[in-house]
Amino acid sequence: MTLAELKRGQQGIIIDVSSIHIPLKLLEMGCLPGNSVELVQVAPFADPMYLNINGTHLAIRKETAIHILIETAHE
Amino acid sequence: MSKQINVALIGNPNTGKTSVFNALTGLNQKVGNYPGITVEKKEGICKLPRGVKAHIIDLPGTYSLNASSLDENVVIELLLNKTDKDYPDVAIVVSDVENLKRNLLLFTQIKDLEIPTILVINMSDRMAYKGISLDIGYLEQELNTKIALISTRKNEGIQALKELITHYKELPTEPCLDASSIDEAYFNNLRKAFPNQLLYKLWLVITQDVNFGKTDRQTFEAVEDFKTKSNADLKRLQQKETIKRYQFINKTLKKGQTIDLNSAKDLRIKLDRILTHKVWGYLIFGIILLLIFQAIYDWSSVPMDFIDSSFAALSEWTKNTLPEGAFTNLLAEGIISGLGGIVIFIPQIAFLFLFISILEESGYMSRVVFLMDRIMRRFGLSGKSVVPLISGTACAIPAIMATRNIESWKERLITILVTPFTTCSARLPVYLIIIALVIPEGRFLGILSYQALTLMLLYLIGFGAAVGSAWILNKVLKIKTKSFFVVEMPNYKLPLFKNVALTVLEKTKAFVFGAGKIILAISIVLWFLASYGPGDKFNNAETIVTERYASENLSDDELEQKIASHKLEHSFIGIAGHAIEPAIRPLGYDWKIGIAIVSSFAAREVFVGTLATIYSVGNDEEETIKNRMAGEVNPILGGPLFNFASGISLLLFYAFAMQCMSTLAIVKKETNSWKWPIYQLVIMSGFAYIVALVAYQLLI
Repeated sequence: MTLAELKRGQQGIIIDVSSIHIPLKLLEMGCLPGNSVELVQVAPFADPMYLNINGTHLAIRKETAIHILIETAHE
Repeated sequence: MSKQINVALIGNPNTGKTSVFNALTGLNQKVGNYPGITVEKKEGICKLPRGVKAHIIDLPGTYSLNASSLDENVVIELLLNKTDKDYPDVAIVVSDVENLKRNLLLFTQIKDLEIPTILVINMSDRMAYKGISLDIGYLEQELNTKIALISTRKNEGIQALKELITHYKELPTEPCLDASSIDEAYFNNLRKAFPNQLLYKLWLVITQDVNFGKTDRQTFEAVEDFKTKSNADLKRLQQKETIKRYQFINKTLKKGQTIDLNSAKDLRIKLDRILTHKVWGYLIFGIILLLIFQAIYDWSSVPMDFIDSSFAALSEWTKNTLPEGAFTNLLAEGIISGLGGIVIFIPQIAFLFLFISILEESGYMSRVVFLMDRIMRRFGLSGKSVVPLISGTACAIPAIMATRNIESWKERLITILVTPFTTCSARLPVYLIIIALVIPEGRFLGILSYQALTLMLLYLIGFGAAVGSAWILNKVLKIKTKSFFVVEMPNYKLPLFKNVALTVLEKTKAFVFGAGKIILAISIVLWFLASYGPGDKFNNAETIVTERYASENLSDDELEQKIASHKLEHSFIGIAGHAIEPAIRPLGYDWKIGIAIVSSFAAREVFVGTLATIYSVGNDEEETIKNRMAGEVNPILGGPLFNFASGISLLLFYAFAMQCMSTLAIVKKETNSWKWPIYQLVIMSGFAYIVALVAYQLLI
């Protein structure tokens, strides 16, 4: 599943990041395969998404989140 | 011994880098929780033990050495150019104890440049609170550096940091990991082609679009092996490099850092639950906005009135004290009134930045960006456009400067172009006097006064015009930018008084000396145009007017005012007013209003003062100006000149027209071209003309 499908409060592990669509800056902030991700809060219309990635708190838009593949613990 | 040590402060945004700078130098500098706030180059001198001095540069905050903005380029350009006079003898990487993992990425890159590097771990006061403990000895060994654990909030550890700077020659310079292992064959080739160059520097030259030592770049590019990989491959390699660095950092921190989650407390979760809530979040933001407007328009009126009367008195005093002549007039009417026109905005600007810097320092502003992004995006703006649009209600100049941290060029450009529509404080005096003239005093439903409602409507119109034109620009502008949006959500912090005070001071100074210069220059030019004129009618004004009113037995004062009025009519600016009269007559204005509109290009609020001179009444007798304006007769149609139709037309004209030279100048500076300010001038003023025309013709 992609990061955009994560529910509020749910956690997952990043498995792949499409390097063409994702700015390097986001990778440098810790958005990398193997790191944990949690959806802390969503704005109305579920966009942008307020995430905790590997201890770093940041917000990204949904259009970016669909390019990040994750898996949740219960999959 | 007077050798100065060059020190560069480098770090991620929100690490308190600027607080470290303030602690070391005591110089003015802005600190914020809003990513990317440090734009200008900041320097200072720090006194070290034993009489040594350090020259400290506070570099813009960056997450890595892979630049994605002009601010970040500054960092790389300096670090790659050994011949730069500011090239650091020692680099200080500032990190925040709660975000060590992410902060260390930049640190490992700096280490690869083989510059002596000190790692500062800031906010040590939060360690107990967050249940963090560090094995400093182990970290120093693994990271190949010296560590200074400090707290700028509690002023701890600064002395130890100064000691480390003094002994910078003892710092190790070896990298702490070997990043070239991500593609050994490729890097070996590079190493062979450029045996005398630092490998990591080469890598940065290849992957970045940075302008460092132009000759350097040319010699590199002359060699064939320089670019053997496609951009997509390079990007993949950069990703690999980042992963590699994080692997090293994770491994190091696993041993060097322990976090006891049981003793960690998190205020963030509780606050975020309310402040980013779908309903409460917006409600709280709305209340904060109201508070800001209250401060800008209500609280600052006290100091503004004081400034206004002080400058009027000073101008009067100068005229009475100095010998009569052109110079005295220039001083009293051109320069002193011009200065007054700048100083009068200081209270509003100061209040605005007081609020903005508190909101940024506390970490709240990022939440606003988060809340507003989706709504703003519908209009081609970004969540980060909110700050400029709010600031625009005080003055468009600082507002346009505040767009710098919007990543997408298209979103930033649109924000710059539409911000001048928001009702800035210079429009307020114009609105107030015209509303008082043409809007009846009654109350709607017996509660809300019509005049207040009109003013509120004008604010809404301004904001609506900004958002509406953004929507159109978003459709019209064909700019392809890879728009991405990342905003760090920092921890909530209590704002440091020192940082807030320095911000307010610095921003106010930037306004006074930046915009102020232009306003002053234009005021002087306008004064000249209004004080001189061609031909007899101007030069013999005294004789002409004295003769004309000889039979009326006017007092000296009255006669003088008549002369001034006559002079203005025949001065250069009066001639200009007459010249544009045919164009503005369909809007319901006469040549006198024409003059006032022309002089509004210095700053809109000049409108009132100019009319005061034209109607030959003293500058600060507002009631008198109003009465005179009310008594003006339309030369063609008869009846009062300022009636409902022409008043509304004038209000709308001032709401939409681009009449501020200083804003145009700042737009030119920020967009680096004359194209956009000229578009702004033509389109906004053209639109204003049409709207005012339609309004007048419909209402008359």
